[in-house]
Amino acid sequence: MGKAVKIALAGEGGQGVQSVAQIIAEAANEEGREVLYIPNFGVEQRGGVSVAFLQIGTDPIGSPKFQKADIVVALSDRAVIRTRQYVDEKTTFVYDTSIEGVEEELPKNAGRILGIPAIEISKNELNPRVFNIIIMGAVIKATEVVSEDDARAALEKKLGYKFEQNPELRELNFKALARGMELVEKAR
Amino acid sequence: MAEKPIQGEKRVFMTGNEVVAWAALAAKAEIMYGYPITPQNEIMHYWTRLAPKFGKRFLQTEDELSAGFTTLGGVLAGRKAFTATAGPGNTLMQEPMSMAEMMRIPSVVIIQQRGGPSTATVIYSQQEVTMTTYGGNGEGLRVVYSTANHQELFDYTIKAFNTAWKYRFPTFVLGDGYQAKMRESLTIYDPEEKGLEFVPTETFLGKAPVNGVKQPVHLRNTYNTEEELYEVITRYMEEYLKVAPEIIEHREFSCEDADIVVVSHGVVSRAAKVAVQELREEGLKIGYFRPVTLRPFPAEELKKVAARAKTLLLVESAFGQMAKLVKDAIFGSTVALENLFKPGVGITSEEIVVRVKEIEKGALAK
Amino acid sequence: MTMIPQMPKSWRLESKPHKFCPGCGHGLVLKALGEAIDELGIQDKVVFGADIGCSLLAWDFFNVDTVQTHHGRTTPVVTGVKRANPDVICIAYMGDGGGYAIGSQHLVNAAARNERITAILVNNCNYAMTGGQMAPTTLPGMKTETTPYGRDVRESGYPTQGPEMVAAITREGSYVARGTVANLKQLKGFLKKALQNQMDGNGFSFVEALSTCPTNWRTNAKDTWAFVEKEMTKFFNVGELKNPAAKEGE
Repeated sequence: MGKAVKIALAGEGGQGVQSVAQIIAEAANEEGREVLYIPNFGVEQRGGVSVAFLQIGTDPIGSPKFQKADIVVALSDRAVIRTRQYVDEKTTFVYDTSIEGVEEELPKNAGRILGIPAIEISKNELNPRVFNIIIMGAVIKATEVVSEDDARAALEKKLGYKFEQNPELRELNFKALARGMELVEKAR
Repeated sequence: MAEKPIQGEKRVFMTGNEVVAWAALAAKAEIMYGYPITPQNEIMHYWTRLAPKFGKRFLQTEDELSAGFTTLGGVLAGRKAFTATAGPGNTLMQEPMSMAEMMRIPSVVIIQQRGGPSTATVIYSQQEVTMTTYGGNGEGLRVVYSTANHQELFDYTIKAFNTAWKYRFPTFVLGDGYQAKMRESLTIYDPEEKGLEFVPTETFLGKAPVNGVKQPVHLRNTYNTEEELYEVITRYMEEYLKVAPEIIEHREFSCEDADIVVVSHGVVSRAAKVAVQELREEGLKIGYFRPVTLRPFPAEELKKVAARAKTLLLVESAFGQMAKLVKDAIFGSTVALENLFKPGVGITSEEIVVRVKEIEKGALAK
Repeated sequence: MTMIPQMPKSWRLESKPHKFCPGCGHGLVLKALGEAIDELGIQDKVVFGADIGCSLLAWDFFNVDTVQTHHGRTTPVVTGVKRANPDVICIAYMGDGGGYAIGSQHLVNAAARNERITAILVNNCNYAMTGGQMAPTTLPGMKTETTPYGRDVRESGYPTQGPEMVAAITREGSYVARGTVANLKQLKGFLKKALQNQMDGNGFSFVEALSTCPTNWRTNAKDTWAFVEKEMTKFFNVGELKNPAAKEGE
């Protein structure tokens, strides 16, 4: 029996963690998996750390939120601090290596810590606009809950109208996705 | 007029608030009255986007008192009308709904519970159970469905309109902030294609003359004497108690041989279900009981379970609001009661498992 | 043989004689309203909402569809009816406490939204049903059960100017007037225009009626009329404040 994979994605407002979570959720749903996605939506949602809680499994999902995640992805120093509570010895903790001085804050109890240079790559190699798609690639590689093909299909569904206007955008997004997957592969 | 909002069956992935809007459309609701409050806002957002396409209406009022009373006006005019609210808005909603109880106005209210008391959080709780079941200055002459997932949110929102119009008691669908905001899959459908019949509506005010003759009605909620009121309330209570067994719904499994039965409702029952299944796999004798209707409460059903079990573990995101209903229902039973109360906070299956094991250990130590 | 006084056709005979106190102005307002309904021929289309307070005693007054509501909540109830069925003619009947205190947010917002309903507010300067407490419309210096030494404006302000407020917050299409039971013909004219304005689909219609309450004022007949005609009119100007129909004609 497969227990649901629990994922917490956290970042600053504007880093797109909610849209990433939603695209992954929809992709997994399309695959016929049981999926539950809930954003945190307290008063703090304006100007605070944004956290997306995502669970993907084969059986109906229990509680919408969870105490410990299988994968935590934190994209800012505040996000690292905020999400430490979801970490235990089974958790893979993914953070962006360009966050300065964050090493001290990383959860010592995590099963595994993966640093990925997503912000840097999006700036220097691709385009800052696809930063969240790199993260999406990282998440699907780290969790293996969604195949790359389905992730592409989900992107197509979500951004297809933009891709029609500008086919280069499609290439850029798919490249970002692949790059994100690669980063996790390497970090392992 | 536009075609049906939903053709056939469709598997969808959406938020609970969106589910409610679709369900209201599927139930042929005609008008929504509402006032913004988190976490129910998107019900209005989706309704205002969808409704005009199907010739349906919306009024944004000045507060929840007005949202409730305009809803009553809409129903009295013979329309399937509804409103949605949460938290402090639910507090205000109790005034119009007490009028609905007294005048037997079949209104439908969706509640997405948030933290309390006061403004508290806009996120989640199960702290509106007491208010939604017994709010207002009366006897709780209402029906309250507590849903646990999006499929139920869809099914019971549709059902709420039928229950309200069939029995003429205000009917609440009690969701919560989690259900409001989370996304999961469900199947939406056209109820009539599935063979579900809608209870016909009736116009109470403003009915057109029949054969040129108008028979004016005079609807009251005020009585002059104690005896007059007593007669009315006695009749209402008799009717309520008579139809209650038809309305009552619950879910249970693994209770037959259970030492400990976990009792929970709404979204918490999802965690309870997972916990009970896991504990059963470990070989522990644990059962699951969930009232779907919190009012009327499945008292007889729970009594039977309580008669066999050693312990009921009451789990809720409130400090004993469901527990009060349980205690009232099983009065006289000698079953032990334990609890896991987390007011305003979500409860996971892991926490329930831990709590059950604590109780088991305690029992062994004795 | 008893003489039956001439009553409006829309009145409900079974509920007469009515239950208002001797000298109460409600009966006069309702007579003017009954005649207005008759003359417009709308009896079968009216939905009449009665607020709590002495207004409630009007609940079985007419042979029209009637609903009792809660204190202050008549405006939203009939708003809900009208929104759900624009073909009916909705009247919200209330007192000064119901309209200007507990239900003021409903009155203000229904006016601001230009709801196609007609609100009729009976101003008798006090909460009469509950035994004569200060109302928003109680005159400065006037004694009530909660202002036994007279309304002190430093403590509780000046009387609410209802029609002036409604006129200030409404735009095109609204009808606003203040009549008085001391001039029934004029009051009937205002009520008729307020109903016609709704029938024409123009917008929110509001009529305040200065009225009498000898029971709580503790006045005899002469002093009662003197109070309405001389004291109340010092604060409350009688007349039309807004009339969409007048634009072309006058």
